[in-house]
Amino acid sequence: MTSTGINSLRNGPDEEGRFGLYGGRFVAETLMPLILDLEAHYRAAKVDPAYLDEIKTLATHYTGRPSPLYFAERLTNHLGGAKVWLKREELNHTGSHKINNCLGQILLAKRMGKTRIIAETGAGQHGVATATVCAKFDLPCTIFMGATDVERQKPNVLRMKMLGAEVRPVTAGAGTLKDAMNEALRDWVTNVDTTYYLIGTAAGPHPYPEMVRDFQSVIGTELKQQFQEAEGKLPEAVVACVGGGSNAIGTFHAFLDDPEVKLYGAEAGGHGIDTENGHAASMTGGRPGVLHGNRTYLLQDSDGQILEGHSISAGLDYPGVGPEHAFLHDSKRVTYAPITDKEALDAFQLLTRTEGIIPALESAHGLAQVMKIAPAMGKDTSIVLCLSGRGDKDVESVGNYLGLL
Amino acid sequence: MSRIEKRFAECKAAGRPALVTYVMAGDPDLATSQAIMEALPQAGSDIIEFGMPFSDPMADGVAIQLGGQRALAAGMTLRGVLGMVEDFRRKDETTPIVLMGYYNPIYSFGVDRFLAAAKEAGVDGLIIVDLPPEEDAELCIPALRAGINFIRLTTPTTDDRRLPAVLKNTSGFVYYVSMTGITGAAIKSRAAVGEAVARIKSHTDLPVAVGFGIKTAEDAAEIGRHSDGIVVGTVLVEAVAGSLVDGKASDRTVAAVRDLVASLAGGVKRARG
Ligand SMILES: Cc1ncc(COP(=O)(O)O)c(C=O)c1O
Repeated sequence: MTSTGINSLRNGPDEEGRFGLYGGRFVAETLMPLILDLEAHYRAAKVDPAYLDEIKTLATHYTGRPSPLYFAERLTNHLGGAKVWLKREELNHTGSHKINNCLGQILLAKRMGKTRIIAETGAGQHGVATATVCAKFDLPCTIFMGATDVERQKPNVLRMKMLGAEVRPVTAGAGTLKDAMNEALRDWVTNVDTTYYLIGTAAGPHPYPEMVRDFQSVIGTELKQQFQEAEGKLPEAVVACVGGGSNAIGTFHAFLDDPEVKLYGAEAGGHGIDTENGHAASMTGGRPGVLHGNRTYLLQDSDGQILEGHSISAGLDYPGVGPEHAFLHDSKRVTYAPITDKEALDAFQLLTRTEGIIPALESAHGLAQVMKIAPAMGKDTSIVLCLSGRGDKDVESVGNYLGLL
Repeated sequence: MSRIEKRFAECKAAGRPALVTYVMAGDPDLATSQAIMEALPQAGSDIIEFGMPFSDPMADGVAIQLGGQRALAAGMTLRGVLGMVEDFRRKDETTPIVLMGYYNPIYSFGVDRFLAAAKEAGVDGLIIVDLPPEEDAELCIPALRAGINFIRLTTPTTDDRRLPAVLKNTSGFVYYVSMTGITGAAIKSRAAVGEAVARIKSHTDLPVAVGFGIKTAEDAAEIGRHSDGIVVGTVLVEAVAGSLVDGKASDRTVAAVRDLVASLAGGVKRARG
């Protein structure tokens, strides 16, 4: 958005949609004219006060922004080091940060005259947020969701259906987010005239990574100001979980040019980074490749075939990551670290018991990273975690894991 | 003259469109797939489009997705695809071979290394679904430099304004995708296909082949009336699938593909009749 000089890390993407080596527009010709059209519409909308006002009004009265910045005192005492703060995106309408992006994109779809919405979803949070805005703006919508995820995120499947969405389970592959995205792309190619593809994370072909980042950047912008008001300085560290990377880039973007703020992205470490095909940590365990419209870090075999990966968290169970994160990884501005299923489950329980906040399993990965670094930091320092979503959707799966059911 | 140019010229001289056949490399296993490939020219295929299997074929319907999965499960790799082409070339010097697939396995292999190996093996052209002209610097330009044709897909959404950009670095032939959709769907309007081919021809001297949705000899004859070539894929991959016993090749597998190609070849011969 606002660039701050030639050495700024906030200048990307370039005209070709690249963040350094990453990003781009690796799509079938059928989609190319539409993607160019989308970019033109987005460029116009971005500077149109009426569009920006509408987003702002909806953010305030529909989503409930700004989301609070909360000092987690008992958690802080428990960890015994840095003060831990939570940016409470889980209090947003629909229960996660996903709504921030959906509102921006649905208004764009309207401007473009599209009459049907499709989306992919993993945890179902993006599916729910999409179904929600489609109900509000009276557009039919179809949500693609891997069959495995339909099973492990049942409450969200029901919510989507109640909101009027058609949920299409995808059985190809491991039946997770990657497969849902393939199927959404196939639908889009087929119905390109009428259909708007509302991508749920900061990945996909240009201009999606930029657009989704812009819509999510409200998280970091608010939190910077809220923290300044509370503590009169910048936080020492900021942490977010990384699936495709939308809540993380939205949280980090405002801090990219503040080198004194350490940034940490928590990737899905699954059964552990050394277990082949047993994790979804694309930056720790993958290498650059091209999938779903962009070049980025991917989990792949020696032949360039994409691996399915694994995570306990459906929202992080994706073998790629948004291209801007790939760039920030190479430039070492952000530290990406894997968190195992077990560490995430422990974090899930800790937050629930110390603060009375049930986090989404995705966000619990971020918290596990906080648990690793906070104890070694001084008591006069602060870490802010983006609590990207609430855990209502996960209570059944976690109950199963813990043997409570 | 390249093999592709030569073959289109021969078909033109014979007064018929070229029959371009797509099969998946390594489906259902290496030996059977090699036998299918070698049977294609005899059965009447003019140009072989050889699918490079990929884990995530975003522009393909179920039939070709499953074909790719069978090939990968049987151990096919990009190196393996090139090996098959090399073997084929020992016996057939003239039939053009176009590799079709997605970019990541090539990117992973290394672009320069891949192009050198492909040239050496006897590959004539590439169709890479997820490389639009906006990404020409990735593989298209290096391929042209290496003497390999880069065949571009044009679609119903490629309008007159965009066509010149799409055609700019295209060589060998132009592949018109008959519909907005994935492989295996049905063509909605044959008349519209004719108009689209005429529109593309007003922009280029390259041959125009039409693909997606051609299933029968009749389709081949009808669509072939308006084009320099027709591409058939899904039904051939389905023929492989239909011949399997317990998921394995049977003694009918090669014949199933060969018979279907022979029937399609009859269709293209009637196209201008
Ligand atoms: C609560 C929550 N956090 C994080 C994610 C991961 O997505 P992203 O990395 O785009 O924020 C999801 C995705 O489903 C989610 O539901």
